Amino acid sequence: MEPPADSGPDREGGSSRRQFIRSLAAISAGLTVATPLGRAATVTEKSIPKSAPPNTGGVQGLAEINLKVNGNAERLVVDPRVTLLDALRDRLELTGTKKGCDRGACGACTVHLDGSRVLSCLTLAVMAQGKEITTIEGLAKGDELHPVQAAFIECDGFQCGYCTPGQIMSAVACISEGHAGSDLEIREFMSGNLCRCGAYPNIVNAIKIAAARMKGEVN
Amino acid sequence: MRPFVYESASSAQQAATRGGTDSAFIAGGTTIIDLMKLEVMKPSRLVDLNPLQMRGIELGEDGLRIGALEKMSAVAVHPEVVANYPVISEALLKSASAQIRNMASIGGNLLQRTRCGYFRDVTTPCNKREPGSGCPAIDGENRMHAILGTSSSCVATHPSDLAVALVALDASMRLQNGADERLIKLDDFYLLPGDTPDHENQLRPGELITEVRVPRLPWARRSTYLKIRDRESYEFALTSAAVALDIDGDKIRDIRIAVGGVGTKPWNLPRVREALAGKPLKQETFAAAAKLAVDGANPLRHNGFKVDLVQRTIIRALMNLGDLA
Repeated sequence: MEPPADSGPDREGGSSRRQFIRSLAAISAGLTVATPLGRAATVTEKSIPKSAPPNTGGVQGLAEINLKVNGNAERLVVDPRVTLLDALRDRLELTGTKKGCDRGACGACTVHLDGSRVLSCLTLAVMAQGKEITTIEGLAKGDELHPVQAAFIECDGFQCGYCTPGQIMSAVACISEGHAGSDLEIREFMSGNLCRCGAYPNIVNAIKIAAARMKGEVN
Repeated sequence: MRPFVYESASSAQQAATRGGTDSAFIAGGTTIIDLMKLEVMKPSRLVDLNPLQMRGIELGEDGLRIGALEKMSAVAVHPEVVANYPVISEALLKSASAQIRNMASIGGNLLQRTRCGYFRDVTTPCNKREPGSGCPAIDGENRMHAILGTSSSCVATHPSDLAVALVALDASMRLQNGADERLIKLDDFYLLPGDTPDHENQLRPGELITEVRVPRLPWARRSTYLKIRDRESYEFALTSAAVALDIDGDKIRDIRIAVGGVGTKPWNLPRVREALAGKPLKQETFAAAAKLAVDGANPLRHNGFKVDLVQRTIIRALMNLGDLA
């Protein structure tokens, strides 16, 4: 059956599924927070008492944190156990960053902290404060795709697409680090991003093309 | 993950007061967050060391000094490290993945747990995780396990590549515990499992690694880290060799050598070093000396291949360094 015309991913159907997954995630993380962990629970600037203690002492229970994500200041109240990955996906609804293994083995959760590629599944949200966090949602300039995004589409650098946001975030850093000089070098420095569909040859091509374009060598 | 109290350290002295058997320090978090998710480690307090000033990579008269909070990736590409201690740079670049190298600190790398699959699996016994519960690896899956330094309690391999390079180079660590400081050789820092595999090193509660010191060794410019693994990248060593070679014509003047992937701690090889000093630079010499590396080896059911493989690893590393390959 066709879905109703108005049931886009952010409408009722999509968001209730997301709410459901979110509550499962909360249960699996052993959280005891009773409120749904959605946008609604995000604490706004106004509701924070001015006397809120700075985050330097011990934090037990919930912590008030400030994150800068894709240029936006975000204020959240989280359990210190919440990873940056879960904060991005479940609290800020930036679901482009994917949860693969959740153990630092697959690279699907790769984001940039101050321009450096890291695994958001092994980063506590509370420890990402004061850093510029960039996710896949923050790469494009409006409708203009980042050269690496464009090259992935052009080269068919994916099949199912699940690992793709992590691959692209890692590839952007791989190029800026200067590690895209040859197929061999790209493969070595992209080894932290697994693709179970096996799109590796096309991923390598995409990175080569994007690297050349970013250097201004080809159009 | 079990609940914990999170706090930032304001100074090394203050951090020491927050340390203890129930506390854990966190820097890059790449080991501890993983182990906390698995409930292998269950600290009730997590002390974040990142605000501390334990940074810097400097080459001086005495050698190389690396602040404990420096990232693996930064040390790996530092020009002085690349030029003067290629074995350190190569060991780091062959460790983990680019993302993990950007996160993990040097101190944390040296403190990552000696571990195997059973240690990570809380449904199985493990003498390291639960002292006295038994070691299923000895009669179980043990292809990746150690052949040197093992005991009837534990056969897990020390996983750090960096530690192998540093032990070969006779590196030390500066440790701080409140106002007390001490310097300890890395080779002495790591403990054999014996009957207490839960004690992996000599770090005391509250004590921090503040820096790593590598002695000056001009001929370490001719050094390398050879790592043999099941897949080309992002994989632990089956065997590895960290070697620095001082050549005098067609003879070996001096050598530093340690091996990884085979020991319950980074495995220093002083006898191989003695056997090679002053000897001709040729494959037969290397092969004879490499035999000494596996003296006392105790292979298990699935890892017997390491006895031969580690000797070949040593020989190839020496051939490469001696331009004989």
